[in-house]
Amino acid sequence: MFESLTDKIESAFSFFNRITRLDEKQADEGLRKIRQALLESDVSLSVAKEFINNIKPKIVGQEVLKSVTPGQMIVKIVFDELVKVLGDEKKEINLKAVPPIKILVVGLQGSGKTTTSAKLAKYLEKQYSKKSMLVSLDVYRPAAQRQLEVLGNSNSIKTLPIMDGQFPLEISKRAINAASLSGEDVIIFDTAGRTQIDQQMMMELKQLENDIQPSEIILVADSLTGQDAVNIASEFKKTVSLSSIILTRIDGDGKGGAALSMKSITGCPIKFLGTGEGIDEMEVFHPDRIANRILGMGDVVSLVEKVSEGLEKEKIEELEENFKKGSFTFSDYLKQIQQMKKAGGMSGVLSMLPGVSKIKKQMEDSDLDESLLGKQEAIILSMTEKERDNPRVIDGSRKKRIANGSGTDISMVNKLLKQHKMMTTMMKKMSKGGRGALEGMDNVPPELFNNLK
Amino acid sequence: MGFLKNLKEGLFKSSSNISESVSNIFLKSKPNEKILEEIEDFMIQCDFGIDVASKFKLILANKKFSEEELKKENFYNIFSEEVTKILQPLEKKIVNTGPDFKTIIVCGVNGTGKTTTIGKLSKLFKNHNKKVVIGAADTFRAAAIDQLKVWCDKNNTEMIQSEVGADPASVAFKTLEYAKNNNKDLCIIDTAGRLQNKKNLMEEFAKIVRVLKKIDPDAPQETWIVLDATTGQNAIAQIEEFQKITPLTGIVMTKLDGTAKGGILVALADRFKIPIVAIGVGEKEEDLNQFIASEYSQALIK
Repeated sequence: MFESLTDKIESAFSFFNRITRLDEKQADEGLRKIRQALLESDVSLSVAKEFINNIKPKIVGQEVLKSVTPGQMIVKIVFDELVKVLGDEKKEINLKAVPPIKILVVGLQGSGKTTTSAKLAKYLEKQYSKKSMLVSLDVYRPAAQRQLEVLGNSNSIKTLPIMDGQFPLEISKRAINAASLSGEDVIIFDTAGRTQIDQQMMMELKQLENDIQPSEIILVADSLTGQDAVNIASEFKKTVSLSSIILTRIDGDGKGGAALSMKSITGCPIKFLGTGEGIDEMEVFHPDRIANRILGMGDVVSLVEKVSEGLEKEKIEELEENFKKGSFTFSDYLKQIQQMKKAGGMSGVLSMLPGVSKIKKQMEDSDLDESLLGKQEAIILSMTEKERDNPRVIDGSRKKRIANGSGTDISMVNKLLKQHKMMTTMMKKMSKGGRGALEGMDNVPPELFNNLK
Repeated sequence: MGFLKNLKEGLFKSSSNISESVSNIFLKSKPNEKILEEIEDFMIQCDFGIDVASKFKLILANKKFSEEELKKENFYNIFSEEVTKILQPLEKKIVNTGPDFKTIIVCGVNGTGKTTTIGKLSKLFKNHNKKVVIGAADTFRAAAIDQLKVWCDKNNTEMIQSEVGADPASVAFKTLEYAKNNNKDLCIIDTAGRLQNKKNLMEEFAKIVRVLKKIDPDAPQETWIVLDATTGQNAIAQIEEFQKITPLTGIVMTKLDGTAKGGILVALADRFKIPIVAIGVGEKEEDLNQFIASEYSQALIK
């Protein structure tokens, strides 16, 4: 059973050799177009430059699947990175505070703070059954307080009664007292629009923060914003401890580059997108949607899907074909290790295995020891041909010899033997079950991971 | 592109005189890549857009300059002068001295500052002894009517309104009717903010234009679009779509008191050649200035 499998294993991993890799020239060429796309989408120049610089090393050397062009491959890599930078985990509004929880809504004039404040109150009510009180601290724009009051009234959200002639700080104090008395869970403070270089108004914001001690300070920004996005975001961030961003007017046809600029410059998560003028028209942020707009290179999402599918399919087919042929010996494993080392170590190879995307988390948690490959290689090299082909002959004294010869210890040798056994079993299972068995494999036995540590 | 062609022909003529040009015949050289890239980056950061910025750069790259002109500070000044040349032909007076009656529709996307601009305009027109009536045709946004009312009361200007949620076209109609019957000089219509890709809202805007024509076939004599200086390349799409409904006769750029440079004006200038009327530089009633190309271009490089 263990005889002459060398050629089979050879072809099992031959897909490593057939895959071409992106070179520096291709990367530069692709990134020139990406840079242009970013700038056309209003990503601030400094942010675009940094993004390009950071992603270049991730592109050079990347493998290109046979089903796509190098350009498409670059778009996919950029898209993934964009999604990552924009933030791929869902971030909720921070409600961990003693009620009344205070939320401060800030931003430039006309960014949509008042509408967003009302939407937020509605959202908290729907999502968390939290009652909010809306409070306008905008004593400057004519009828700004009235606007929030109307929005509150027509949507059954409580608003603080308007008292003419009060300053923002007085209003905020009155609001906190009122909400404490009437038992509202949340107070949403809508502030006046201000230009970030208006020192007096920025000072006011600082004072409001000190006084109110909000648990969230949300920057509301227009998704149509151009290059100024970095200045706006960084100044607000400098003045107050900004905790999140809401982008409005995403229902327009703007490219939304401001999202990348503001996220990069502040590190604050973008939590919601304003998607219309109605009170319910606010969505939890989807980075892939914005990434797609920013790149604006056709239907990037479906391309990415195609590429990912291609990736899975090509590898599933290759691997299955060869796994079907049965088990493998330590000689084969040695070749495999040497291939793996070339192909970016253990996690690199594991991440290419079919179905592994499903166990990605498990892989990350398993804390793979990359130096293990070298040790295992040494152990196998210390085995005789006979031992490599038929590990069952390895008894106690052989183990001792192998451990000494490889500069490891017996426990390491045992681990490797156990691992080999498990792998053989897995392969047999796969070869019997065909493709279904592979795709349905949600879990790699945890012991296998433990063994790799 | 139009202005870029003009640049090619007459670039920087004004900045050189005869004696200079004689002495510079042998001394002039093309700008180096470093300063060109710097200027290009600068244009991008001002929201010129990457297309206009790179074409502008290309033209500069093929011109020769004296050593003096190529000094960084001077080069920016020369660049600023060129921007002035592009924008100057588009300067348009806010207040016309003529006796002609005018209906002005003020339109734009949400939050650009339409209502505030109208508030400031009413003050300005008042100062020029114009008889003005304003129609509160933003019947959608909460308290938009109240906001306009505060401005009108402050400036002692008449305002025509309807109830919240009323058909904005009917408000516009009533306002123009009132203006005609009461011998006003100006009828200004404040419209709700609308994103240009919303079909039904653009149709609503078209209807406002249509009903005005029933009273005055020449109305609206003016349609001004209000653009926010912080807006990026989307301003182009905004102009394109609003223009499809009715010809735009003026641009008002607001929020130039911030750090945004509003360089999209340069891209718009060549593409649409729509006159630029005014700039908003603050929230107070006097914070609306006549657009002056040279002042704008100087501020651009500051």
